[in-house]
Amino acid sequence: MMIFTIALRECRSMFLSPLAWTVLAVVQLILAWMFFTQIDAFFEIQSQLTTLPNAPGVVDLVVAPMFQVASIILLMVVPLLTMRLISEERRNGTLSLLLSAPVNNTEIVLGKYLGIVLFMFLFVLMISLMPLSLLMGSSLDLGKLFAGLLSLFLLLSAFSAAGLYMSSLTTSPVIAAVSSFGLLLLLWILERGGDHADSVTSYLSMLNHFAPMQRGIIDTADLAYFALFIVVFVTLTIRQMDSQRLQS
Amino acid sequence: MSTLISVRNLIRYYGEHCAVDNISFELEAGDILGFLGPNGAGKSTTMQILSGNLAPSAGEIRINNIDLLDDPRAAKRALGYLPEQPPVYKELSVDEYLHYCAQLHRIPRAAIGQAVGLAKQRCGLSQSGRRLIGNLSKGYQQRVGIAQAIVHSPEVIVLDEPTVGLDPIQIREIRDLIIELGKTHGIILSTHILPEVQALCNRVQIINRGRLVFAADMSELLQKQETGIFEVAFARAPSLEIINQLPYVTRASSSDYGRFVLHTQRISAEQIAKDAVANDWGLLRLVPTQRTLEQVFVELMLADNSSADTDSESETVENAA
Repeated sequence: MMIFTIALRECRSMFLSPLAWTVLAVVQLILAWMFFTQIDAFFEIQSQLTTLPNAPGVVDLVVAPMFQVASIILLMVVPLLTMRLISEERRNGTLSLLLSAPVNNTEIVLGKYLGIVLFMFLFVLMISLMPLSLLMGSSLDLGKLFAGLLSLFLLLSAFSAAGLYMSSLTTSPVIAAVSSFGLLLLLWILERGGDHADSVTSYLSMLNHFAPMQRGIIDTADLAYFALFIVVFVTLTIRQMDSQRLQS
Repeated sequence: MSTLISVRNLIRYYGEHCAVDNISFELEAGDILGFLGPNGAGKSTTMQILSGNLAPSAGEIRINNIDLLDDPRAAKRALGYLPEQPPVYKELSVDEYLHYCAQLHRIPRAAIGQAVGLAKQRCGLSQSGRRLIGNLSKGYQQRVGIAQAIVHSPEVIVLDEPTVGLDPIQIREIRDLIIELGKTHGIILSTHILPEVQALCNRVQIINRGRLVFAADMSELLQKQETGIFEVAFARAPSLEIINQLPYVTRASSSDYGRFVLHTQRISAEQIAKDAVANDWGLLRLVPTQRTLEQVFVELMLADNSSADTDSESETVENAA
């Protein structure tokens, strides 16, 4: 119950800051340009596609590349949205409102996390509007589109969990942003470090779990990866909050 | 009278540094307890521990007879806390913010509006409900901070330096508010402004380097101000010898116009007056010379510091032996 109170307030105050609006607008603008060029390219090769048996559709040629670009942009942008979650409250002293209220650290952290996830959900919803607009003039592979959106949402949720943890480690939002960006980028490119497809690094790489879903394959192993990723970072955040009550 | 807060053997370390060293005290209903001490004495740390922001290294805290460490949720409901910096979200309006605070303290939905209205009224915020907290002056932000601490009408209110950084008029308003609140709540107030304690509190605690060096009723602290020195003036002044023969006078000196300065052994203003009347000296003036509260405070601090020094000296002697 308290979790939702905190989550709703967290999500609402995201919209009270110009930062969130700016981020939403900039990302939307870039994606719109991307979407536009992809559509353009699609029209040029459309005539050749009709001759192919089992030809790739609009979702493969327009939406998937757009989501791939979106994932990279969001990797850079999510740390900016999560950086203030805990660090700024600690710096401004507003955290003590939550700490002296009758709620425990688990409720505080889960509330904040759900709040940011709710925001991310709205973000994905906005991104989905452009592909959905194609329904007006064409038919889409809705299954594949759904898989793409789900992967994007899971990715954003995972990014947020890591960002939340980094935000709990410091009182400086900028440091939180830089370090969560570093962490996410590292996890993203890990795959390139491993020579073998089944090495540990390639299993840890986020890209390897994100890409299959983009192709429409929803694998429980990938879902489990994201779930574990989120649980680990949220738990770490709660532990961090507990230990700061003891130390600082 | 019920005990609202009882703290026993509270200890808190920051790494090696001991910020709070074995403090015990109690707060009764209807008390306004002043928590005095120089900067860095451990006032804020104690308050943060009381409010559950920090965990103690050792010790027991009971709020409204509920153990803070065993059942933090129930204990915190009985407590309102204003930290040094008011914990306000600048992007919210006063109403939104107090609503959120009320929700956090689990006030039933139906009662929230009334609780917020009452808190606003008591803190003089009735006109400012729709204003953004970030646009309010420091004094009003402080009021919002206090409103936040009382919105769930807790039994205990902990205020950490509530008047710091306010102008004199705002200070007076906040003090009036605290006295008003003191009628219905138990209040702990930390400050390093001595007149504030004198104006507000009925009990005082002085803390220095993490230890309680003085804890008593306000009247006892005021008694410490007495020096036993009186300035007197008589219309028909006797000679200095006669004054010196009074049993309670240890030393007397005279100046012009029948004025004397009497050093006495004990507080005896009443006795001086009686003698003056009995001997028909025509008492014109009888002024006890008081130490200022600052002097008392500094003396207590110095006494504590020097005792700590001798402790450490004796330790080194022992070590050398």
